[in-house]
Amino acid sequence: MGKPTGFMEFRRLSEESLPVAERLKNYREFVQHLSDEQAATQGARCMDCGIPFCSSGCPVNNIIPDWNDLVYRGNWKRALDSLHSTNNFPEFTGRICPAPCEAACTLNINDDAVGIKSIEHAIIDKGWQQGWVIAQPAPAKTGKKVAVIGSGPAGLACTQQLARAGHGVVVFEKNDRIGGLLRYGIPDFKFEKSHIDRRVEQMRAEGVEFRVGQHVGADVTAQTIMADFDAVVLAGGAEQPRDLPVPGRDLPGVHFAMEFLMQQNKVVAGDTLPAQIKATGKHVVVIGGGDTGSDCVGTSNRHGAASVTQLEVMPRPAEQENKALTWPNWPLKMRTSSSQEEGCTRDWSVTTKAFVGTNGKLEKLSCVRVEWKDGKMHEIPGSEFELKADLVLLAMGFVSPVQKMLDAFGVEKDARGNAKATTDGAGCYQTSVGKVFAAGDMRRGQSLVVWAIREGRQAARAVDEFLMGCSNLPR
Amino acid sequence: MSHSSLPVQQGLYDPRHERDACGVGFVAHIKGTQSHERVRQGLQILENLTHRGAVGADPLAGDGAGILIQIPDAFLRKACSALGMTLPEAGRYGVGMLFLPRDAAARAACERIIADKIAAEGQQLLGWRDVPVENSGLGESVKAVEPVVRQVFIGCGANCPDTDSFERKLFVIRKTAELDIGRLPAGQGEGFYVPSLSSRTIVYKGMLLANQVGAYYLDLRDETVVSALALVHQRFSTNTFPTWDLAHPFRLIAHNGEINTLRGNVNWMAARHAAMSSKLLGEDLEKLWPLIVDGQSDSACFDNALELLVAGGYSLPHAMMLLIPEAWAGNQLMDEERRAFYEYHAALMEPWDGPAAVAFTDGRMIGATLDRNGLRPARYLVTDDDVVLMASEMGVLDIPQHKIVKKWRLQPGKMFLIDLQAGRIVDDAELKQQLSTARPYRAWIEKSRYFLGDLPDVDAADTLKETLLDTQQAFGFTQEDLKFILAPMASAGEEATGSMGSDTALPVLSDKNKPLYNYFQQLFAQVTNPPIDPIREEIVMSLTSFIGPKPNLLGIDETDPPLRLEVHQPVLTNEDMAKLRGIDQLTGGQYKSAVLDITYPAQQAAAGCEAAIGALCAAADQAAADGYNVLILSDRAMSRERIAIPALLACAGVHHHLVRKGLRTSTGLVVDTGSARETHHFALLAGYGAEAVCPWLTFDTIDAMADYLPAGLSGKDANKRFIKAVNKGLLKVMSKMGISTYQSYCGAQIFEAIGLNADFIARYFTGTATQIEGIGLREVAEEAARTHQSAFGSDPVLSNALEAGGEYAYRVRGEEHLWTPDSIAKLQHATRANNAQTYKEYAKLINDQSAHLKTLRGLFEFKPAGVPVPLAEIEPAKEIVKRFVTGAMSLGSISTEAHTTLAIAMNRIGGKSNTGEGGEDAARFKPVKGGAKLSEIIGKGRIETDLVMKDGDSLRSKIKQVASGRFGVTAEYLSSADQIQIKMAQGAKPGEGGQLPGHKVSEYIAQLRFSVPGVGLISPPPHHDIYSIEDLAQLIHDLKNANPSASISVKLVSEIGVGTVAAGVSKAKADHIVVSGFDGGTGASPLSSIKHAGTPWELGLAETQQTLVLNQLRGRVGLQVDGQIKTGRDVLVGALLGADEFGFSTAPLIVEGCIMMRKCHLNTCPVGVATQDPALRRKFTGQPEHVVNYFFFVAEEVRELMAQMGIRKFDDLVGRSDLLDVRQGIAHWKARGLDFSKIFHQPDMPASVARRHAEQQDHELVKALDNQLIAQAANALEKRQPVVINSTIGNVNRTAGTMLSHEVAKRYGHAGLPDDTITVKLKGTAGQSFGAFLAHGVTFELTGEGNDYVGKGLCGGRIVVMPPKECKIVAEDNIIVGNTVLYGATSGECYFHGVAGERFAVRNSGAVAVVEGLGDHGCEYMTGGMVIVLGQTGRNFAAGMSGGVAYVLDEDGSFEQRCNLSMVQLEPIPEEEAASETGTMEAHGRVHFNHLGKADEAALRGKIEKHLRYTGSARARNILDNWASYLPKFVKVMPTEYRRAMQEIAAKQAKQKEVA
Repeated sequence: MGKPTGFMEFRRLSEESLPVAERLKNYREFVQHLSDEQAATQGARCMDCGIPFCSSGCPVNNIIPDWNDLVYRGNWKRALDSLHSTNNFPEFTGRICPAPCEAACTLNINDDAVGIKSIEHAIIDKGWQQGWVIAQPAPAKTGKKVAVIGSGPAGLACTQQLARAGHGVVVFEKNDRIGGLLRYGIPDFKFEKSHIDRRVEQMRAEGVEFRVGQHVGADVTAQTIMADFDAVVLAGGAEQPRDLPVPGRDLPGVHFAMEFLMQQNKVVAGDTLPAQIKATGKHVVVIGGGDTGSDCVGTSNRHGAASVTQLEVMPRPAEQENKALTWPNWPLKMRTSSSQEEGCTRDWSVTTKAFVGTNGKLEKLSCVRVEWKDGKMHEIPGSEFELKADLVLLAMGFVSPVQKMLDAFGVEKDARGNAKATTDGAGCYQTSVGKVFAAGDMRRGQSLVVWAIREGRQAARAVDEFLMGCSNLPR
Repeated sequence: MSHSSLPVQQGLYDPRHERDACGVGFVAHIKGTQSHERVRQGLQILENLTHRGAVGADPLAGDGAGILIQIPDAFLRKACSALGMTLPEAGRYGVGMLFLPRDAAARAACERIIADKIAAEGQQLLGWRDVPVENSGLGESVKAVEPVVRQVFIGCGANCPDTDSFERKLFVIRKTAELDIGRLPAGQGEGFYVPSLSSRTIVYKGMLLANQVGAYYLDLRDETVVSALALVHQRFSTNTFPTWDLAHPFRLIAHNGEINTLRGNVNWMAARHAAMSSKLLGEDLEKLWPLIVDGQSDSACFDNALELLVAGGYSLPHAMMLLIPEAWAGNQLMDEERRAFYEYHAALMEPWDGPAAVAFTDGRMIGATLDRNGLRPARYLVTDDDVVLMASEMGVLDIPQHKIVKKWRLQPGKMFLIDLQAGRIVDDAELKQQLSTARPYRAWIEKSRYFLGDLPDVDAADTLKETLLDTQQAFGFTQEDLKFILAPMASAGEEATGSMGSDTALPVLSDKNKPLYNYFQQLFAQVTNPPIDPIREEIVMSLTSFIGPKPNLLGIDETDPPLRLEVHQPVLTNEDMAKLRGIDQLTGGQYKSAVLDITYPAQQAAAGCEAAIGALCAAADQAAADGYNVLILSDRAMSRERIAIPALLACAGVHHHLVRKGLRTSTGLVVDTGSARETHHFALLAGYGAEAVCPWLTFDTIDAMADYLPAGLSGKDANKRFIKAVNKGLLKVMSKMGISTYQSYCGAQIFEAIGLNADFIARYFTGTATQIEGIGLREVAEEAARTHQSAFGSDPVLSNALEAGGEYAYRVRGEEHLWTPDSIAKLQHATRANNAQTYKEYAKLINDQSAHLKTLRGLFEFKPAGVPVPLAEIEPAKEIVKRFVTGAMSLGSISTEAHTTLAIAMNRIGGKSNTGEGGEDAARFKPVKGGAKLSEIIGKGRIETDLVMKDGDSLRSKIKQVASGRFGVTAEYLSSADQIQIKMAQGAKPGEGGQLPGHKVSEYIAQLRFSVPGVGLISPPPHHDIYSIEDLAQLIHDLKNANPSASISVKLVSEIGVGTVAAGVSKAKADHIVVSGFDGGTGASPLSSIKHAGTPWELGLAETQQTLVLNQLRGRVGLQVDGQIKTGRDVLVGALLGADEFGFSTAPLIVEGCIMMRKCHLNTCPVGVATQDPALRRKFTGQPEHVVNYFFFVAEEVRELMAQMGIRKFDDLVGRSDLLDVRQGIAHWKARGLDFSKIFHQPDMPASVARRHAEQQDHELVKALDNQLIAQAANALEKRQPVVINSTIGNVNRTAGTMLSHEVAKRYGHAGLPDDTITVKLKGTAGQSFGAFLAHGVTFELTGEGNDYVGKGLCGGRIVVMPPKECKIVAEDNIIVGNTVLYGATSGECYFHGVAGERFAVRNSGAVAVVEGLGDHGCEYMTGGMVIVLGQTGRNFAAGMSGGVAYVLDEDGSFEQRCNLSMVQLEPIPEEEAASETGTMEAHGRVHFNHLGKADEAALRGKIEKHLRYTGSARARNILDNWASYLPKFVKVMPTEYRRAMQEIAAKQAKQKEVA
């Protein structure tokens, strides 16, 4: 343990962000990682709990107390080793993870949690900077071939693990670049795409073959894949967005968030698009109060929107959760994202009844306020109102994977349309089709990047066991 | 048939764990004049020692008693002539006292063998005599096994020129007859026993009450039965099964105490077989083997060894010095020759270690000796007509005071001998001077000794065969080994501390690969013998080890002393190891070492292990035969290609192999292993025979651990500190079993195995207990092989790091725990929201271990007792919760808020909370009003998070703990109890003491503990008034007197034999027994103790239940279990195994907010539970309601399970182990071999025998002297009018004044009555615990003398003891009170006109005492008060003394040598005018002497004046008359920490004054 009394002596220090005015000018990341000294001090706040709740709160079970202590002692290299032993891509989670570990931190019971994510961020940035992150090709090849379909965080984590176990891995990606939702779903101002490129390079050096523009089920058939590979991992994500089928839905100017975000990401990547959805000068309404909604808010503001309004159907959460009954679990509470902080009007308990436009031009939304009783929504009579809108972005989450791919392999699905597979015990992550495995959002439904990494890693172990009879890969 | 009704081994009961202790005494005429008077006196002593024995279920069945006298020649001659037998002249015949089978044929067979043996040894059978007995007074159970008692008369043969040679032949006859009769078919020899066979002495003994000996043996009443000596013994055994042969005296001794190292001593005796020869015994020696047969008591084994030594030519005192040596190794005060004597003999034989007062006689001399630590009492007196009386206590014979010329005591390690032939007393100094100068021992040692450390260095360079990481992995190192184990040892030289018990999977249930070491648990002393304090009483301990062959034990006349290779401590460095490998050259060939490789080819995997061990043993044989006298078992050859046999297995295997071959003493055994890294490992290797151990890989590891160590610490220094830490750890492990030397510990096997099967144990760990079977060699080898494979496998996690471990802190990849983030969160959410569903989810997480096994009970399942019953018909939860108690967590270990919350909650549900060790605020005893705030009751500034009371709430803890520190234990405290719990041991660290560091001693805690804020407080490992079972009986009696309405509970920790101890405790009249599992415990404790001492409660509880039922003692006691009890299912398992009540600690703490930070010892608890830091206590959020919710959830869970099982009443669950079964389908590869049938066993006893608490103990308080005193003091008690009472007192009047004080405290609290309101003037010899817990306002003035424990727990009263005027002794040269006087006193004063025994004023925290001399360990652990010694002190004065002050009159200037200066400074008394001006300090109604300034001289003089006034002491008068010349001779003993604290307080007060 760093310092037994550190938590009583030092305050939590958040990473610094560039001023709003500054960061709205471009799409670069604006969060600055901690300096070495700051990270060491923050590490000293860790109490090295007899039971590190953080570690269990973290989906990949990062061994947080260990690397907190190592950073405190200035042993960055070993901290990096420890971090990498549970997490293939700490630079992803160090930036875009909501940090359930910090919610579970023991200090969070009655104080500010240890800044775990900021320390993770500092460690991995130092690792890259020092050149400590290098390819780890398997000492021996197994001769087995695995197809990983989808190159989001689940697919990539699975790929790297399998490659390091000596398997020949080919990644199929339907888009033109590797990364899935990471690449095109998350704006660069939160996560610059060079992070993915570096990892792709690392994996290439570890023997992975990436095939982009290969839509399995369209460009490549499932039969071919089944014939060519000893095992298949479906990691295609949960791409089917939830729609809002109300009158006026087909008006131009009503878009799924992902259409909007993807275009901007491509532009940032240097592509030239024939017609980009732009928020510039428009009154933008984002429907959906989650992370994707926030990304739309941030992007709209960077476009120079006239106004941005974000609607959420659920009630406004309490400012502070009842810690006695929630800790160490993830609390539902009022949060403000960095994008929301940059400027937007938020409204809760609102549902949209119709999109209204004239002459095929969207003008406004018809909304009504709602209340929730026993888990059911009730409209409040007389609370109807209208909201001016030129652009509506639907960010209401994703309902399921794209069914076509699952159907192409003929795998059994669960009630929600996800690939059906368990996560524990014998045969975990294996679908109803013998050598086909599923991981990430495609199996569990939409979730966090860190869950995707967990599933990718665990599925890799299951595949390795399937191929070799036993596995050394950590879960 | 047998004369013992000891049941056979069954279930968890094993007769070999039977223990005993006792009262012992002798009376002798110095000039050897024989008379019947001595016999009569002997019998009288027995009667007056009755309270030191016990009776069992049958009140007429005692535990055994007997008397040894000289052969009454005239009487026997007369008796024999009546039988037509003519005896030769005295000395030319021997008498055998025999217990014979009642079956005539069997008896004839025995007699025939005896006759044969007599003839075979060339002696004459003269005839037989039936010994007349009167058995009408015996209990039925005793009569049932009564033997036929006969005497055999043997005439001296022509081959015996003298009596000594005749005695040797009689010895041979007896041994050979015993061995042959033992081999008779069909148990014909059962019940045959020879109490004595000698031409000098005869023993009359049996399964008798002390007062029955004279009644039973008619011979003893005959006036012609004369003797110059009578040695008597009264036994207190832990069982109730009559056994005639276990009674004392034995042939040469009567023993009060216990041999802790017995297993090792017996093994070593056997191991000497091949190497032993004797000129005197010649070929007869071979006939004596096996010298010590199995199944005897420790005293019997000791007697066997002593007999051999005497037969082999040692004089009796010489032999005794060999067996029970003084502490010589670190004793600078011992004269050089005597040290040389002991040092020389140390190589011959390891001490038989343990508390012992042994009286011995061969009929020509009689004497006694005491163990090195003086752990048993022995007092003696000499009369003007040459009679000497020695006994465990005084007052056992009514000897007129005017006849007494000397009263003294036996001192630690000292011997006292009366040579009846020379007609004089030989004192210790003379005797030992004589023996130690008889031969040139010093010269012999110089000639023959090598110190390994002194030999020249040789090149020790050695490179690892594999990378460090792979090597560490191959030996099973984890990250935690580095972080938690090695780092603290290598940086601070101390073993690390942890807290909150152990909740991980048992090794045999673990999915991880565990080292073999982890399957063994350390044993520890509880009740029947005391642990030692290895820090404060280090002077009695030694780590010296001898490497190499042992000399011929009987080579008494060999003048060419055998060589000895000595090390000061047993951990060898790589350099030492190199020397050992090259010892041949270094010693010119006198030593030859052989390295035996204990690795084998990896491709053979586990299958190769057995053959490898076989080959290893063969190689050891060969090496020994080839003259290699140091065998080094080494695993340095471990590599990718070679697996190491677990070093412990190799060591124990070879050790036992050589023992069996009788070769073990021909060669030394050293282990050179990569696996040893924690104290426990070293202890195990030692316990199974390693004379030294080199942990080579640990040294390499530490060298590479700079990251973990303080900057600038060199690898070499770090390794040194590591060795120091192991040394301290070893001392601790040894001391917890009461073993003081490494030499005795070596091979003593003080362990029990959990999860290893009996075949495996029998073969490699012979004699070790294992109770539930488990894995065998194949699996042990498999586990080692798996560990090896993982090191050299391709696991990416292990490519750059060690295994996580996860034993000490939870890790996702580590060991399984019961407390997980999930289970804690669910428990907290459930109890805070009163959500039964969430509780069920929590309980399922704990109870369902199908995926990962963790506890033994996790493998159990319940069988229905009948058809399921509707829940509504089950006993309501509000009744069940009354069986729940919270654990003993002191205010000090947990915060005031956490402590009071538990008390409120337990009082609300009708359960009980426990004060823990640390007293309790009297403000909490009073009823509270609803709406009152905690801060209003306890005091503002003492509460950081307030609580509001409800109507009917109470803050009083119903259970008051009495632990070894006795903090805050006063008459008032005890009077406020419903139950008083004597903590004999605690689960987290059985056999160890504790320490509350100064920074945790707040003003409030200091007030409760009668100490000074900021000064650390030490709890000693033993209760200094409990060194044996009869001592415990005494304390129980004391506490019962202190509060007759409270039940007295004794807390034990589960280990093998705990059932036997519990039976003894029940006989000692405890009302209640707690059996704690090893895994519980919330307090801070060394990590190795948390993990490796004690056993799971399933074992200890079941053993206790079975043993109590077998002994018909179960009904008398309530039985409580605790240790990681978390759910209703745990409760149910406990009930079925026999518990009436259930203790919870960790779970309620978690309900209060604890999140298992496991940093309790650091005072940084972030939720305000286990901290005294006000800022952190502000964060406390626990509420009594939450705790109440928890217990109701548990009770409801119990009810649901009861409904399923079809049992309505909780009482009907208790002891129904037949309703437990093993869960089917356990697939775990290690757990498959477990067998719980012993746990589920139910003794076959009649239905009338109670299985649960159903009866009351008879504490015999009606007999107490206090009843009269209370009656006579009525006016004082009711009206506060002064009274003066006169009375006589005898040694049977124990605990005088305590019940009276209870009456005072009940009415007037701690303040008591005004001084001298009740004055009691007594005459006589007081029994033990005179004036215990004497309250303020009571004065006891005793003219006569006191025994042990005078003024125990004194809390305000005054005690004066002085010899009667008619007594001719010089008071200051004679003993006036016994041992352990003023133990735990908190206030009051004492004046003793004479010398006190050992451990005077131990743990005194406020009383004032004047005494004229005292024994060893005076003022130990004292924290307050004042002690004035007007004479000599013994050794180790002021050890662990952190407060108070002592003034010692040091006339010859030698005091400094006898004072332990580690915590105190010595200084002169400041002269009055030079001293600074500060007043006395009043605090909390008690006077703190300002020990800093002027008060010194005035206080000292004032007390001496009082001493003179009260006692009329001539010594005091002389000092006062010559004050100017005496004052400079006084030395002031001032604790350093105390001085600092006093200065701080003075400065604070001065500041406050300024402000005011």
